[in-house]
Amino acid sequence: MTLLLLLVSTVFINNFVLSRFLGICPFLGVSKKVETAIGMSVAVTFVMGLASVMSWLVQYFVLVPLHIEYMQTIAFILVIAGLVQFVEMVIKKTSPTLYQALGVYLPLITTNCAVLGVAILNIQSSYNLITTLFNGIYGGISFTVAIVLFAGVRERLETAPIPKALEGFPIAMIAASLFSIAFLGFGGLFSKFF
Amino acid sequence: MNMVLWPVVTLGGLAIFFGLVLAFASKKFAVEVDPRVTDIRNVLPGANCGGCGYAGCDALADAIVKGDAAITACPVGGSELAAKIAALMGVEADSMEKHVARVICCGDKNNAKEKYEYFGIEDCKAAEMLAGGSKSCRFGCTGLGTCVKACPFDAIHVVNGVAVVDEEKCTACKKCIAVCPKNIIELVPVSKEVRVLCKNTEKGKAVMESCKVGCIACQKCVKACKFDAIVFENNLAKIDYSKCVNCMMCAEACPTKTIYANFKNRKKAAIIDDKCIGCTICKKHCNFEAIEGELKGKHKILEDKCVGCSQCVAKCPKKAIEMK
Repeated sequence: MTLLLLLVSTVFINNFVLSRFLGICPFLGVSKKVETAIGMSVAVTFVMGLASVMSWLVQYFVLVPLHIEYMQTIAFILVIAGLVQFVEMVIKKTSPTLYQALGVYLPLITTNCAVLGVAILNIQSSYNLITTLFNGIYGGISFTVAIVLFAGVRERLETAPIPKALEGFPIAMIAASLFSIAFLGFGGLFSKFF
Repeated sequence: MNMVLWPVVTLGGLAIFFGLVLAFASKKFAVEVDPRVTDIRNVLPGANCGGCGYAGCDALADAIVKGDAAITACPVGGSELAAKIAALMGVEADSMEKHVARVICCGDKNNAKEKYEYFGIEDCKAAEMLAGGSKSCRFGCTGLGTCVKACPFDAIHVVNGVAVVDEEKCTACKKCIAVCPKNIIELVPVSKEVRVLCKNTEKGKAVMESCKVGCIACQKCVKACKFDAIVFENNLAKIDYSKCVNCMMCAEACPTKTIYANFKNRKKAAIIDDKCIGCTICKKHCNFEAIEGELKGKHKILEDKCVGCSQCVAKCPKKAIEMK
């Protein structure tokens, strides 16, 4: 039940992209086509889940026993960077088409603050390992929901009659902000129904 | 001491751990890339200019190996590069004719008049909007150097009011062609020496009034050409380069010197006496009566009549004639 609540909470109420404003770079960069958006979100979800677990392990088995919790950020960045490299190799081997579609954005997951964000949030909320794993995956799902929906909107925007000055990125920014406002509307969900 | 030691050891340890994992993974998940792709990528210029139509040199190397792109696809490297790629790909390099851009106008400040004095911004497109530029001929080069700014290779310069291409430096990237508001820059094979340097489609009298060196459609070049390589379209001579043999007779005949040819590059045929068997085939095919000699006797080229069309070279069954 807790995990289910966590799912709703992470995906809708505290959506990583639209409410916490993490991972904006790939959100705007890879959201031109639904297809690449899905590819990117799968990679991010995978990395987020793995990074959550790995960073949790590093935190509780390395940093805490040695009393160097202040090294958290740099240690997590190291973990994430290593993981992304690993994921890149795996994707390159198993799916060249996906590798081509993701292109430059795959290494960019390294600097995707949503991944670092979920790892640090897990520690701050003192989740146990299972919850951490699920929170990581849910974080990825929340990223997926945001970017895939947004990619759908942007595909429609391509053909919509838009004033010349707003074509391309400006209109995408406006759409993103409207999206964010819509998602903030989930804010009162728990206090009302539960 | 421990305050410093532990963070260093921890981070160092983590880094080594991930390093080992990645090293292992790179072996395990190594993707075999066609070595030719890497080789071709290394010989390509690496400027990622996009002149070939692909996203960059990497993409072109990939396309060449896959067979999607020709080995001559890189416009910057030219035939030299094509030969290198051909060697890597194990195919014969077609003799790729190097193309260069040429400005089809010779109406410089001495030849063409000025309609008015232009004081606007130094840009052909801007001048074009003011009654088609300040030159009396509305087809000619404006000479304000928009193409010069567009050229990434410093291969085009304005000389006395007309843009001139440095054929050594030109890579046929077509950037100048794209920006010229008069559409007077064309890509032509560099070996073709003869060129009609005018785009004016008006009648002879109108052309004469605006420019001393414009094509007045007198058709003298058509008569001078023994190879039917000149056709007239819209009061303008046009050379069919598939037929032109660089004999430069049209340039000699042109009264306004609109047809330009560098006579210094004119070659002469020479008969290699050891190989000549006196078959008279060359004599029959010479359009200029520049070969004399009897049957079974050695032939001789009359140098003052030979115009270097090289037709005899192609016809000689014993390969006894060469161009010098």
